Amino acid sequence: MDFFLQLLVNGLSVGFLYGISAMGFVMIFKSSSVLNFAHGEILALGGFIFLALVVSAEVPVIPAFLLTLCASFALGFVIERLFLRPLIGEPLIEVVMLTVGLASVLKGFMLLVWGGNLHTYPDFLPGWLELNWHSIQVAPVYTASFLVGISFLVVFGLFFKYSSQGIYMRSVADNQTAALSLGVHVKKVFALSWAIAAMVAALSGIILGIMNGINVHELSSVGLKVFPVVILGGLDSIGGAIIGGLIIGLLETFTGGYVSTSLKDVVPYVALVFILLIKPYGLFGLVEIERV
Amino acid sequence: MSLRKLNFHPCGNYKESYFQELSIFQTDFGRLWSVIGLIVLFAVVPFLSGPYTLYIINTIGIASIAAIGLNILIGMTGQISLGHGAFLGVGAYAGAVLATSANLPFYRAIPAAGLVTAMVGMVFGIPSGRLKGLYLTIATLAGQFIIEYILIHWEGVTRGTMGITLPSPEVIGIEISGDLSFFYIIFIALAALTWGAVNLARTRHGRAFIAIRDNDRAAEGMGIPVFRFKLLSFGISSFYAGVAGAIWAYYMVSVTTEPFSLTLSVEYIAMVIIGGLGSISGSIFGAAFITILNELLRYLTDYLMNSGGIAGMELNFAPIRELVFGLAIVLFILTEPKGLAEVWRITRSSFKLWPFSY
Repeated sequence: MDFFLQLLVNGLSVGFLYGISAMGFVMIFKSSSVLNFAHGEILALGGFIFLALVVSAEVPVIPAFLLTLCASFALGFVIERLFLRPLIGEPLIEVVMLTVGLASVLKGFMLLVWGGNLHTYPDFLPGWLELNWHSIQVAPVYTASFLVGISFLVVFGLFFKYSSQGIYMRSVADNQTAALSLGVHVKKVFALSWAIAAMVAALSGIILGIMNGINVHELSSVGLKVFPVVILGGLDSIGGAIIGGLIIGLLETFTGGYVSTSLKDVVPYVALVFILLIKPYGLFGLVEIERV
Repeated sequence: MSLRKLNFHPCGNYKESYFQELSIFQTDFGRLWSVIGLIVLFAVVPFLSGPYTLYIINTIGIASIAAIGLNILIGMTGQISLGHGAFLGVGAYAGAVLATSANLPFYRAIPAAGLVTAMVGMVFGIPSGRLKGLYLTIATLAGQFIIEYILIHWEGVTRGTMGITLPSPEVIGIEISGDLSFFYIIFIALAALTWGAVNLARTRHGRAFIAIRDNDRAAEGMGIPVFRFKLLSFGISSFYAGVAGAIWAYYMVSVTTEPFSLTLSVEYIAMVIIGGLGSISGSIFGAAFITILNELLRYLTDYLMNSGGIAGMELNFAPIRELVFGLAIVLFILTEPKGLAEVWRITRSSFKLWPFSY
């Protein structure tokens, strides 16, 4: 029973992180219908910027954290401006392949600068974050990730609901042409959604880095694990991303705990195929209606 | 009895029938040049090139076969697949198992491996019945991971991480080995499969593929059974991958699971994009471009490491390769989205029209 509960707690915490990682991904897809294969690399880059600030430049943790978020915000902005904007209106595969190429460039850059080894952050999380309940332990990083994640969700919820930029973004996601004709600056919205997505990605990169250490390959592979999550939740639903993340996290941890550890990595994809066959637009996704 | 008049390039579009529109060679010189090209390829090229060059040419040939297959799926039918690398792996293992356990000679094992891969490809094409666009791409991504997992963990057949060693192929008792004899195996297969692919575009099946790419709803409205043709496209594309994989297995003597990762799939999509979507000659250009780029980068990093100038730095092949490879894709998409085939067409027509370029 204890084993079960511990797995449950681990699964939920991992899943919550997957959900947060998937959030940025969904945001880009929702506003500009781009499937971002470079998400994992942007996430990893966030982790590495934080590493460079904290370890090499010895900036205190909280300013470093904020600086990383700002840098990633700028990075997302630049990526959209340089690479994605010229491709507005081009066929799907070119946009997809561009993000694949971008992923490759970013990964090569990170490998050149930081190498393929495992780096770790210094231990800076306060001890009171560790929760103990009977025999179940929740590591401080899980608590921290939960707190940070929830606060981000609340901030973004408010942003989308009340701020004018948030309302613009929602209108573009809803109907691009209509938004354009009502005077919404759609290109600005695209840029902003890339910037915010990169920022959220960096946040999850930092948290994953605290949890498992920072390694280019490990972190960028999270970008691929995002796919089952978003498909389960629905490609264009932010709330669905969190719930999909929780389900995939649980699925993965329980398979790892009870069946076999090697099956752990492939199970999300098997689930993905079945979800696609049964409910192609996910649990909360918008069903597309097509006309000739 | 007089000879047919020679066809030259007309100074305008004077096609009178659909047959003329479909013809592969616009002029008789085109036909002549392709025959000359084939003769040069088979009779001159292998004897002029050293073993290393021949190795690269062979690698390009194998990559071209698989890239043509992928181009049929992506460029002709419009279904983006991220699982091509895994299909190559299925072909390699099918070839290896058929050659060792079933003792098939290579000229049967290679097509049989192609057929096995075509079946597997059709199974992983089933999601295309309900999905399209990005959703299908994600489904094929899942296919890539699932096949990779099966290849590693189905140890009874694939021998896991140990790999399988293949016997050298034999023709009427004579053992074939070495780059030169493989050159003939590879390029005969490539020529036959290219011929098949070029002509596929002219059949009703090929036209159905193109209709599905351009608008699948409209295609369905015109009476094309879309799902069946999508599956067929997956099958044909995987057949090409399987043949390429099996030849690769024979050429490399042993197969392991490592090369058939997502990176390989991405590399093949890069070939198709850089070469030119929907263009058969483009696939070959793309395959040559990526293979030569890989070799150049390997050579360059070796050179930098040995020159000693930066011996202290931990410099290895992977990051630079990754960086340049990604950059090549990004630059091609941003500057010449129609790929090398378009560059080739522009160069050729500027020669043809010289000195009056308009």
